[in-house]
Amino acid sequence: MRILGKGQIDRNRPVSFRFDGKSYQGYQGDTVASALLANDVRLMGRSFKYHRPRGVLTAGSEEPNALLEVVGATNQTPNVRATMQEIFDGLNTQSQNRFPSLSFDFMGVNDLLSQFLSAGFYYKTFMWPRAFWEKLYEPVIRRAAGLGRLSGKHDEGHYEKAYAFCDLLVIGSGPAGLAAALTAARAGADVILAEEDRELGGRLLADEPDLDGAPARDWVSSTEAELRSLPNVRVMTRTTVTGAYDNGTFGALERVGLHTPARADLPRECFWRIAAKRAVLAAGALERPIAFPMNDRPGIMLAGAVRSYLNRWGVTAGKRVTIFANNDGARQTARQLMAAGVEVAAILDSRTDATAIEDCPVYLGARVTDTSGRLGLRSISGAHVGGNFQIETDCLAMSGGWNPTVNLTCHLNGRPRWNVDIAAFVPSEGVVPGLSVAGSANGDFTTHACLAAGQAAAIEALAEIGVTAAAVPLPRAEGVPYAIQPLWLVEGKGRAWLDFANDVTSKDVKLSAQEGFTSVEHMKRYTTQGMAPDQGKSSNVAALAVLADATGRGIPETGTTTYRPPFTPVSIAAMGAGGRAMGFAPQRFTTSDQASRDRHAPMIEAGLWYRPSYFPKPGEKTWRESCDREVNMVRSAVGVSDVSTLGKIDIQGKDAARFLDLVYTNTFSNLPIGRVRYGLMLREDGLVLDDGTTARLDENHFLMTTTTAAAGLVMRHLDFIHQTHCADWDLRLISVTESWAQFAVAGPKARALLNAVLDAPLGDFPFMACGETQVGGVKGRLFRISFSGEEGYEVAVPSRYGESLFRDLVAKAEAMGGGPYGMEALNVLRIEKGFITHAEIHGRTTAFDIGMEKMVSPKKDCIGKAMAARPGMVGEEREQLVGLRLAQETKAFGGAHLFTQGAEVERETSQGYVTSVCWSPMFGATLAMGFLKNGRARHGEKIRIVDHLRDLDLLAEVCDPVFHDPKGEKLRA
Amino acid sequence: MRLTCPLCGPRDRREFYYYGHEDYLQRPGPDAGPEAWDDHLHLRDNIAGEVRDLWYHETGCAQWLVVTRNTVTHEILSTELVADRKKKGVRA
Amino acid sequence: MRYSGWKVITQGLLGNKGWTPAWREPAPKAEYDAIIIGGGGHGLSTAYYLAKNHGLRNIAVLEKGYLGGGNVGRNTTIVRANYFLKGNQEFYSHSLKLWEGLEAELNYNVMHSQRGLINLFHSDGQRDAFARRGNSMINQGDDAILLDREGVREHLPYLDFEQTRFPIYGGLLHPRGGTARHDAVAWGYARGADRLGVDLIQNCEVTGIDIENGKVVGVQTSRGAIKAKKVGIVVAGRSSQVAAMAGMRLPIESHILQAFVTEGLKPVIHHVISFGMGHFYMSQSDKGGLVFGGDLDFYASYAARGNLPMVEHVMEAGMTLMPMIGRAKVLRSWGGIMDMSPDGSPIIDKTHIDGLYLDCGWNYGGFKAVPASGWCMAHLMATDQSHEVARRFRLDRFRTGHLLDEEGTGSQHNLH
Repeated sequence: MRILGKGQIDRNRPVSFRFDGKSYQGYQGDTVASALLANDVRLMGRSFKYHRPRGVLTAGSEEPNALLEVVGATNQTPNVRATMQEIFDGLNTQSQNRFPSLSFDFMGVNDLLSQFLSAGFYYKTFMWPRAFWEKLYEPVIRRAAGLGRLSGKHDEGHYEKAYAFCDLLVIGSGPAGLAAALTAARAGADVILAEEDRELGGRLLADEPDLDGAPARDWVSSTEAELRSLPNVRVMTRTTVTGAYDNGTFGALERVGLHTPARADLPRECFWRIAAKRAVLAAGALERPIAFPMNDRPGIMLAGAVRSYLNRWGVTAGKRVTIFANNDGARQTARQLMAAGVEVAAILDSRTDATAIEDCPVYLGARVTDTSGRLGLRSISGAHVGGNFQIETDCLAMSGGWNPTVNLTCHLNGRPRWNVDIAAFVPSEGVVPGLSVAGSANGDFTTHACLAAGQAAAIEALAEIGVTAAAVPLPRAEGVPYAIQPLWLVEGKGRAWLDFANDVTSKDVKLSAQEGFTSVEHMKRYTTQGMAPDQGKSSNVAALAVLADATGRGIPETGTTTYRPPFTPVSIAAMGAGGRAMGFAPQRFTTSDQASRDRHAPMIEAGLWYRPSYFPKPGEKTWRESCDREVNMVRSAVGVSDVSTLGKIDIQGKDAARFLDLVYTNTFSNLPIGRVRYGLMLREDGLVLDDGTTARLDENHFLMTTTTAAAGLVMRHLDFIHQTHCADWDLRLISVTESWAQFAVAGPKARALLNAVLDAPLGDFPFMACGETQVGGVKGRLFRISFSGEEGYEVAVPSRYGESLFRDLVAKAEAMGGGPYGMEALNVLRIEKGFITHAEIHGRTTAFDIGMEKMVSPKKDCIGKAMAARPGMVGEEREQLVGLRLAQETKAFGGAHLFTQGAEVERETSQGYVTSVCWSPMFGATLAMGFLKNGRARHGEKIRIVDHLRDLDLLAEVCDPVFHDPKGEKLRA
Repeated sequence: MRLTCPLCGPRDRREFYYYGHEDYLQRPGPDAGPEAWDDHLHLRDNIAGEVRDLWYHETGCAQWLVVTRNTVTHEILSTELVADRKKKGVRA
Repeated sequence: MRYSGWKVITQGLLGNKGWTPAWREPAPKAEYDAIIIGGGGHGLSTAYYLAKNHGLRNIAVLEKGYLGGGNVGRNTTIVRANYFLKGNQEFYSHSLKLWEGLEAELNYNVMHSQRGLINLFHSDGQRDAFARRGNSMINQGDDAILLDREGVREHLPYLDFEQTRFPIYGGLLHPRGGTARHDAVAWGYARGADRLGVDLIQNCEVTGIDIENGKVVGVQTSRGAIKAKKVGIVVAGRSSQVAAMAGMRLPIESHILQAFVTEGLKPVIHHVISFGMGHFYMSQSDKGGLVFGGDLDFYASYAARGNLPMVEHVMEAGMTLMPMIGRAKVLRSWGGIMDMSPDGSPIIDKTHIDGLYLDCGWNYGGFKAVPASGWCMAHLMATDQSHEVARRFRLDRFRTGHLLDEEGTGSQHNLH
């Protein structure tokens, strides 16, 4: 029910929204919860396990009950807190975890069976028969569990991530936070003020105390105006600081576009990474319920929430309200309700020594022992020092005291300490470096103390980073100490809920203790206490008080479970913003990319790069047709391929050659200028890291190439060796991969093609030569190397000329019966020639395995040499690289295992496996490479290939992996 | 998590690549024997507390750093360039 | 007390007053035949099988905190047998068979759910590597099915097949792969061990290992000295610290692995999904939360908590692979301390000290290994011989080069 004259909603701006198909009206500034309460809707959800009818408990992000689905035009969002979702025209919400409707839910039968569904019951049953678990029990449990629904459709929403930096991050904008921010702002510090709510003020808005004799809102407004006017202050509302991380980093979620109809220019949410030199936590405190029998009915709420709805939204949650509390704070709720004209049936104060003087009946030493009302509270009964009572009431405002919001102080493994005066955990000091705590988050529950503590925290924090801040005049405020007498649980016949969200009752906690789950972590895990969407914010302390009682320990000895990020749940889309589709990893494109796409080449991923798979010609229907043509083209004419993705590392200095001798297994110091050599590189553990060629461009100048996959790895490796082992050598390394576009030109007509594009014809340029060249007036480099087994060259020009050179090479090649070739043909060519890739050097192979142990120079040390000599790294037991040849064409069988003919097919008899397979148009045979136990001694043997997955069982001849031109005559042509 | 690169200043953790304990700096000689190599590459004190380990400012200045930090609290106590150690005459 | 549906009903009718403690809380005795240091999943299963398979009764498990408080209670609960190297294959295959009988064995519902695991691949090369793996699994006697892209689509229609950064070429389906309720595994073994007479001693921290003449004779603890001639160190996450008490230096570096769970949702993911290009894996728990994780934070740590770079990387991987999860909200993140070994495989072996045994180095694959690890460690402690399926998990294999490196990433501890 709406109360005239109360609240800060804009009554001139009515807003209509839907809940469960029905249209309701609220005002600009309402949340779904406040608007529904204004419309006298108390039933907003069903509980997780027993499907009990539930209403709103709180007015904040800690809400355990009122979770809704927000239905958008293209998607829906589950588990939205009605207390946090602001209404806007067209907002469509619906209740969740119920069937068929919120007021009538079949699963409510669980409530009748609750005695059989006690804590951990599922560990004791559903075991027989075994097959029923997956087929029956689990599907039923899964369907009954869960809360809201995902649509199953891609989330097409727009999300963002951002970084921010500041001197002081102030978390929370109640009295402590505002005082801290104002103090720091006036001192000229860079300040970020983060507030979870849509407006600043914290409990100043909800409680409406007087400041300097005027409504607190006036001071909040003037302070906000000043903060927003200052260039050194960033005020972030609707922003929850979700986690404290190392070295002053905080995560924060800003709800940017969730309070309005979807707008193309607004992301839904933005996840912030804030690097703060210092931070002040002023996140306030959260009120806690009291566990009493049947305390979960819609209409039973926290007293502070009742106050919030009254003062912020002008809504009374009931027509006849009763207060049940163990502290002074809740008295304010009664007084404010009465002042607003709402009937207060009684104040039930659990203390016997509290004052009874109020403008309504006050029962001292009171307990609520039962309630009634299936879909909403109708009455309560209880006892007090004077006897029993029964009260007709539709709203019970309860307060079991307040818990300082210590969460962020515990994210770095800090543990809070018990403060007996306020019967609550307060933050331990210094547990998050650079973060101090002020105000009620620190256990100071008066407005006066909050203001002063916020200011002091800011001055101290800034002093630590060398900024002097002066005290600013703070408003006068109340300073009456908070008095509480702990009351956690009222024993009685009915169930008393602790964790509303997960349906954990005091009986569950006691049962857990009874069954030996006495550690607080065991209790949590056994009962699921605190594991629901609210993470036990309003219930964990009471639950461990009940556990402490059941185990005869005190609360401090019982301890808490661990507070972990995020403080409130954060959507995967927000923290994963930017990852959608192509955003997940950088895309790297070669200079010939467009030219390849122009020729309709399918581009495939090669690490982060894209490379052409093949270049289809009109009439070719399958990739194989194109591939076979390209292979034949290279073997008979000439092919052009972009090899720029290979890593290129420029190495210079007097000690460059010496350095290469250290990082390669073979020797480079004796490589003549103008020559290229193949090199093998090991990791320090003796396994093959990478291979490639290195060219000596000058006495002290080398150019190393790496495989595409290992380019970054090798660069890091070389930097490491240089800086750790020979930083005093004359040596410089830099990656030039992106500086050069490089093209392979291979085939019998390769020289002719080069002569057609180079400014001067090639003279004597033998196999493994390198040197400078000129193309269209542009200086480039030429290497005579081959990955195909044909006469081959690689020509490199600065990247900006890459595309034009590629187009030119391809056009001239086509005039000679050649053309471009893609990755598929490249793969066939290299298998025919027995060249390895990372399919073979997959991190488990040694130089011995690939038949290159002779490349490990005995004359010098090199990285990996010592460990390569370990007994397990050599010998007949190792699987060695072999070629495999089959006459027939067959499905690809990469990954098949090899077996000796006649042997059983099982783990221990597996003799090896196949790494690479192709159909060779040149040989008219299927060629493969693989690793075979003692394989080099088994050339000529017929070996069985078994591929269970593709249902293949083949025989192949074991042979040398070099099928094509074993003597290398073509290379040297 | 943030580290201060001696050359680039305070940077986010994601600019750095982590390798392992500074044991990797003490490369044994080629004939040091299998125990020494096992020590170098595999065996670790693996202290819960203050350690010195190796990070690479991969998307920054490409320098390897020795970082002194606490593996329990994640406090960073100091950072220095690996190359400086070598130049100062610390034999690896 | 034997658990059953009938018992749940009769106890329910009696107000659940009759349930008895799942395990005793004994005070430590002065001497045991065998002591297991570490009351996590592996330690508890070791104790259980020592009693069950080898007839030892005078056994204690010493736990510095609470039972199951380590990685067994903070993981993504995946159970699978999809390894391809001899040494790992037979071990995990054995473990999966034990899982399949675990409820009956322990009279405890560990909710082992064989809903199928799909490893996605994103290139021809990855397909061949997964084919090798799948063929290894079948050679071992386990199950594997190679799915093409359309095959994956039938199982996982909600993946982004059109726009994802690394297109889905197919997947390797392991039908017997799945999940289990992690805490229940620890509790089930604890209860089972207790029923066989094992003393489970919580809040008992081992502070020293007593060795005389090269033989172990007992341990020092926060609750006094305890004698034993056989001591097993089963403390993944703290292995280096405990081994140091015996003067040992292990091939282990400790790292954080974070994991995440969302708020409860109605069933939407019915498999375990693993995305090779993004180090991302996800399943949905019976309670409805999406349970998922990614790679290590990569820096050595004992903090049991992580940092944002990996958090965000994991979320980004989820968004490129399956953007339908975008509106699920992460409820909680946590970190476990992993024993990272130089080849990514574990160690179950004797040490150079008589009577001192080691079970460690589980990297981030320890949960599924709980049954077989206990089985093999118990065999080793009882017989002084490595069990057939764990014979390749040698402590000295890094020195000798008999590596079990499934990832092929080499001796750098954090790369597995």
